[in-house]
Amino acid sequence: MRHSRFDTRLGLTATLAVAALLIGPVLLSVTAGVTRNYFVGLSSGLTLDWIVQVWDLYADTIWRSYGVALATLAITTIIGVPAAWVLTLFPGRLSRLLEELLTLPVAVPGLATALALIVSWGSVGWLRSSVAFIVIGHVLFTLPFMVRAVRAGMQGADLVVLDEAAATLGASRRRRFFDIIVPAARSGIVTGALTVVTLSIGEFNLTWLLHTPLTKTLPVGLADSYASMRLEVASAYTLVFLLMLLPLMVGLQWIAARSTRHGGLGLGAST
Amino acid sequence: MGRRRAWLVIAAPAVVLFLAFWLLPMAKLAGIGAATPQGMDASAYWLVVTQPRYWQSLINTVALSLGATLATLVIALPVSRFLARHPDFPGRRVLMSLLLFPLAFPGVVVGFLVILATGRQGVLNTLSKALSGDPMVLAYGMAGLFIGYLYFLLPRTIGVLMTAVEGIDKHWLEAAQTLGASPWRRFVDIELPALTGALTAAGAMCFATAMGAFGTVFTLGTRIDVLPITIYDEFTNYANLPVAAALSVVLGLATWAVLYVANSLAARTARGN
Repeated sequence: MRHSRFDTRLGLTATLAVAALLIGPVLLSVTAGVTRNYFVGLSSGLTLDWIVQVWDLYADTIWRSYGVALATLAITTIIGVPAAWVLTLFPGRLSRLLEELLTLPVAVPGLATALALIVSWGSVGWLRSSVAFIVIGHVLFTLPFMVRAVRAGMQGADLVVLDEAAATLGASRRRRFFDIIVPAARSGIVTGALTVVTLSIGEFNLTWLLHTPLTKTLPVGLADSYASMRLEVASAYTLVFLLMLLPLMVGLQWIAARSTRHGGLGLGAST
Repeated sequence: MGRRRAWLVIAAPAVVLFLAFWLLPMAKLAGIGAATPQGMDASAYWLVVTQPRYWQSLINTVALSLGATLATLVIALPVSRFLARHPDFPGRRVLMSLLLFPLAFPGVVVGFLVILATGRQGVLNTLSKALSGDPMVLAYGMAGLFIGYLYFLLPRTIGVLMTAVEGIDKHWLEAAQTLGASPWRRFVDIELPALTGALTAAGAMCFATAMGAFGTVFTLGTRIDVLPITIYDEFTNYANLPVAAALSVVLGLATWAVLYVANSLAARTARGN
C-alpha cells in the first residue's frame, strides 16, 4: 500500500519536531551540567566540578532513593506477584473490581494520596519521620504497574491448567507457586521490577509531602537544587539522575522489543 | 473450584495494604472535607464550589488540561501514523528510544527542562533577542506549563496511538484506494473511525494526567493558579486542611471519573469493531 506524499511529509516533519522538543532540552541540560560557565557558553570550557559538587551536596539523596526503590521493589514483588496470580485465576467481575481499586492510587493525583496518608498515619510519630512512610507511598503508586506486568506475563502460558495438573499429582501450593507460576511469569516480573524501580526513583508528588528534612530523596533534592542552586549545579544533578534512569529504560525497551504481547511501555512517571 | 479458592488468601497482603493505606485514609480525607474551616460558616465542599478563588483555579486547570490534551492528540496523531507505517528505516530504533525516554521523567525534571528551553536564560530567549531584539520568556506562566504538559503527554500518547494505527486492517484502506478514495477520504472515513476508541482513551489519560500534575508547576513557579498548587498552598501555607481535603477529593473524583468513562467507552468501541 502506498502512502500519500503529503502524509509522509507531514508525519516526518511532526516526528522530527517532536523529537527535537523532547530531546533538545535534555541536551541543553547535559551541556549545562558539564560547562564551566553556562552564561558564557561552551567556550568557558568543560568541567566535572559541578558533578563533584552535586556528589558532595546530595550523595545522601541518591543512596536514599536507591534504598527506597529497592524496598519498594521487594514489597511490590512479594505482595504483587501473588495478587497477580489470584487475578489470573479468577478472571471475573470481582477481579476486575479489585484491579480497578488497586489502580486508584495511579488514577488519583499523588497529592491527594499523600494528604490522605498524612491525615491518617501522620500522627504515628516513628512512621511519619522515617523513610518507611515514603516507601508506603511508593508501594501504593507502583503496585498496579507490577500487578499489570506480571499478569501480562501469566496470560501466555496455560498456567491455570498446569497448576491444576500439578495439584492433581499432589504438589503443594507452595511448591506449585515457586516451581510453576513464578518461573512462568519471569519476564513479566522483570518488566514489573524495572518499571517499579524507574517510577520509584523519579517519584516526586507523593514524596514531596511525605518527606522530612532527614528523609530527602533524589527528586526532592532536585526540586531543592532547582530553587536554590546555580543552573550548572541543577543541571549536573539532573544529569546524574538521567544516568541513573538510562540503564533502567534501556532494559525496559530491550524487553518490550522482544515481547510480542504489548507494544509500548506501560510506564509513566508522576508528573 | 474449592481448590482454587484456597489461593485467595495470598492476595490478602495487597488488599490489606490497599485498605489500610489508601481506601480508609482516603475516606478519612473525604470526611475532613465535610468539616467547616475556621472562621467560615459552611463545609469546605460548599466553599470550594462557591468561592470564586477556588472555582477559578478549577476552571484554569480544566481549560489548560483540555487545551494540552487536544494539542497533544493533534500533534501525536501524524507522528504515530508515520512511525506505525514506516516500520523499517535507518535510525528508527534510536528515534523510538529518544521519544520514549522522557516517559521516565518526573514532573520536576520536566519543569526544569522547560526553564532551560524557554526561561530567562533559555535558548528561546537568546534566539529571540538575537533575531528581534525582544526578550521571550514563557517558562514561568501558563505558556510554560502548557509546554511542560505537552512534554510529558506526547511520549505517553504516541505509544498508545501507534499500537492503534498498527491495528487498523490494511485491507480496508487498500480496498478504498482501489475504489478511488482520496488519501483524505481514506483518513476521514476509515482511519479516524477506527481510531476513535484509542483517541478517546489516550485523551482521557492525557486529561487526567494533566489535571493532577504537580511537580512540573512546582518547578515552574508556585504562583501559577492551578488546582494542585492551590491544594498545596491551602495545606502548607494556610494550614487549611478541610479545604485542601475537599479540593483533593474533588480533583481525585474528577480524574478518576474521566478515566473510568473513557476506558469504558474505549472498551465498548473495541468490542464493536
